[in-house]
Amino acid sequence: MENNATKTAKKLGLVAIAMFGFGYLMVPIYNVFCEYTGINGKTGQIAQSQVSVDDVDPNRLVTVEFDTNVNPALPWKFRAVQFKQEVRPGEIAEALFIVENESDKSVVGQAIPSVAPEQASLFFNKTECFCFINQVLAPGEKKEMIVRFVVDSDLPEKISTMTLSYTFFKALSENDVVSNVKHETTKKNNG
Amino acid sequence: MSEAVLHDDHHDHKPTGIGRWLFSTNHKDIGTMYLVFALIMFFVGGAMSMVIRAELFQPGMQYVDPQFYNSMVTVHALVMIFGALMPAGVGLANWMIPMMIGAPDMALPRMNNMSFWILPFAATLLISTFFMQGGAPAGGWTMYPPLILQLGDGLPYLVFAVHFLGVSSIMGAINIIATVFNMRAPGMTFMRLPLFVWTWIITAFLLIASMPVLAGAVTMLLTDKYFGTAFFDAAGGGDPLMFQHIFWFFGHPEVYILVLPAFGVISQIIPTFSRKPLFGYTSMVYATASIAFLSFFVWAHHMFTVGMPLTGELFFMYATMSIAVPTGVKIFNWMATMWKGSMTFETPMLFAIGVLFMFSIGGFSGLMMGITPVDFQYHDTYFIVAHFHYVIVPGIIFGLMGGIYFWLPKWTGNMYDEKLGKLHFWCSTISVNILFFPMHFIGLAGMPRRIPDYNVQFADWNVIISLGGVAFGLSQLILVWVVIKCVRGGEKAGDQVWEGAHGLEWTLPSPPPFHTFTTPPEVTDATAHS
Ligand code: HEM
Ligand SMILES: [Cu+2]
Repeated sequence: MENNATKTAKKLGLVAIAMFGFGYLMVPIYNVFCEYTGINGKTGQIAQSQVSVDDVDPNRLVTVEFDTNVNPALPWKFRAVQFKQEVRPGEIAEALFIVENESDKSVVGQAIPSVAPEQASLFFNKTECFCFINQVLAPGEKKEMIVRFVVDSDLPEKISTMTLSYTFFKALSENDVVSNVKHETTKKNNG
Repeated sequence: MSEAVLHDDHHDHKPTGIGRWLFSTNHKDIGTMYLVFALIMFFVGGAMSMVIRAELFQPGMQYVDPQFYNSMVTVHALVMIFGALMPAGVGLANWMIPMMIGAPDMALPRMNNMSFWILPFAATLLISTFFMQGGAPAGGWTMYPPLILQLGDGLPYLVFAVHFLGVSSIMGAINIIATVFNMRAPGMTFMRLPLFVWTWIITAFLLIASMPVLAGAVTMLLTDKYFGTAFFDAAGGGDPLMFQHIFWFFGHPEVYILVLPAFGVISQIIPTFSRKPLFGYTSMVYATASIAFLSFFVWAHHMFTVGMPLTGELFFMYATMSIAVPTGVKIFNWMATMWKGSMTFETPMLFAIGVLFMFSIGGFSGLMMGITPVDFQYHDTYFIVAHFHYVIVPGIIFGLMGGIYFWLPKWTGNMYDEKLGKLHFWCSTISVNILFFPMHFIGLAGMPRRIPDYNVQFADWNVIISLGGVAFGLSQLILVWVVIKCVRGGEKAGDQVWEGAHGLEWTLPSPPPFHTFTTPPEVTDATAHS
């Protein structure tokens, strides 16, 4: 009898541990879900070869606005060369950004993109982006960075303007994964 | 120590001195400790709510600064939920489940001891934050980031307190399931279990499935603040909203963890004082199980206003509404049990009927808030404060108190003072409605929750609410008086105590000897559930 009870308890203990794991599993599930549905403005990424010219809609122009932000922990300047651009859905477009390291140390940064309105983010795909990897800037270095993107021709008619927004923040080291990057803002606010 | 305990197993005398409690492996003693601890925490949390009501007695800032006010709101909720309600439920389970299923004790008595003694330790961790740099948690019991991350030195203590409280309740839950699955007396089949045992099995599964998720969420808070992760920081690629999803995935099942044991208690009380078997026993079991199952799919009704897509809002609206169906089944079964019964209205029955009426008020306001478009008006106002206090205070707490009156003669061997019991019931019922009903009105009129000051248009109702609060708090002293009086003596109670009582626990003497059912009883339909 005692023995059976211990067995039951052990099994249930394993379930509890598994549920602890499930809590963490919700993080990737959440991200995949948001990416898939476009909630939270998570943008898609496709390979250049996936873009087909047949899809181009010659009669339509969509305005893409660029918004740039820098996390206070990162001593960089960051701006778009052009603030907005007209693009033809289905066609590959490119935009240039300029970053400058204002400190006397070499710093690693990571940009996080997001698209508004939410519905538009499902139809916004990047084929190349400086946000795909960490960026390293030597002291005082100034650099031009590029993003190539396609607005899907299936973009709903009612959307004529969308905003691509980037926030650059400080990465701990070059190998850092995006979601693990150190941020100092909360610490500062507490101080 | 373990030898002493083993040794005592063979005799029917109690170990003496402080060691009896510190090293106890006896389900009755541990049950008593849980209940006493819960009662103490009930008054600690209650004292905090008195600070809140004092500050809100008049518009403007009177006694405390806003930061401390918010700490009071936050810690009041944490103490009440994790310190009073959950331990009270576990205490009743400890006392009653072995006696109800004909087992000599809980399956894992040493773990039982540990799960209790973790509690005072965890509560101390939580309360110690008041004396730390940055003060006690003030971001609300829901601990939403980024706000909660601005807490000072108290954050790790808050997180560890939640961890320990979680571990304690998970161990308690495991113990209950291990006991019921392995230690039922011969003939005590699952469908003969008293409903209180059933509601606790289901609650225990809810606990095991949801508490670890909360533990995960608060661990992420901790690593976000101190170890450079960015689960909830947008700047780091995380998302603060994700915390709300993880929290409420735990949070909604948690409200059923609190309420189901109380439902179990009134499912024992109502048949006893209606002198009829419970109507629709099987449907009660299935309704309870479906409530528990559905509770994992409604969490985002706490997040209607965060900007979910329409399909999400609709899904969670319909899922929330659907819980009303099994809940309705239960309410109607209780009413059908009373229908044409020879009812008497002793204190436990009064509390049970009080639950039926007043839990339903909270259930209805819950349904209102479950309608997405109108929830935009109710969200974060006093309306929601009214909702959850109706389901919790005259719902859960009244249910648990009914259980205390119901079983107190069994535990002590003495009848409690019926006059005082009734006085306690009526004082509590009148004051609880003065306290919480007007919150519906000021909520609908737009008074926000968790704010220490308010527009003068709400002043009159707040005076009434505060007076109701003081009256409710004072009424609870009657309970303490009744319990102390009953423990010290009184009219002797018979084995069966109540004329209409059925079930194994009523075949034992009152008070039951230290060790009961060391040889398992034979259970037949006649001795099975009431
Ligand atoms: C018919 C059953 C119920 C329904 C439909 C329901 C629905 C809801 C909804 C929609 C909210 C969110 C309100 C808002 O933030 O705007 C809510 C909040 C809440 N409910 Fe219920 N509820 C029900 C039963 C219960 C029960 C049984 C409990 C407790 C045992 C409970 C405890 C709470 C609590 C504590 C909150 C507030 C959470 C917070 O801090 O924001 N509810 N309920
Ligand atoms: Cu809920």
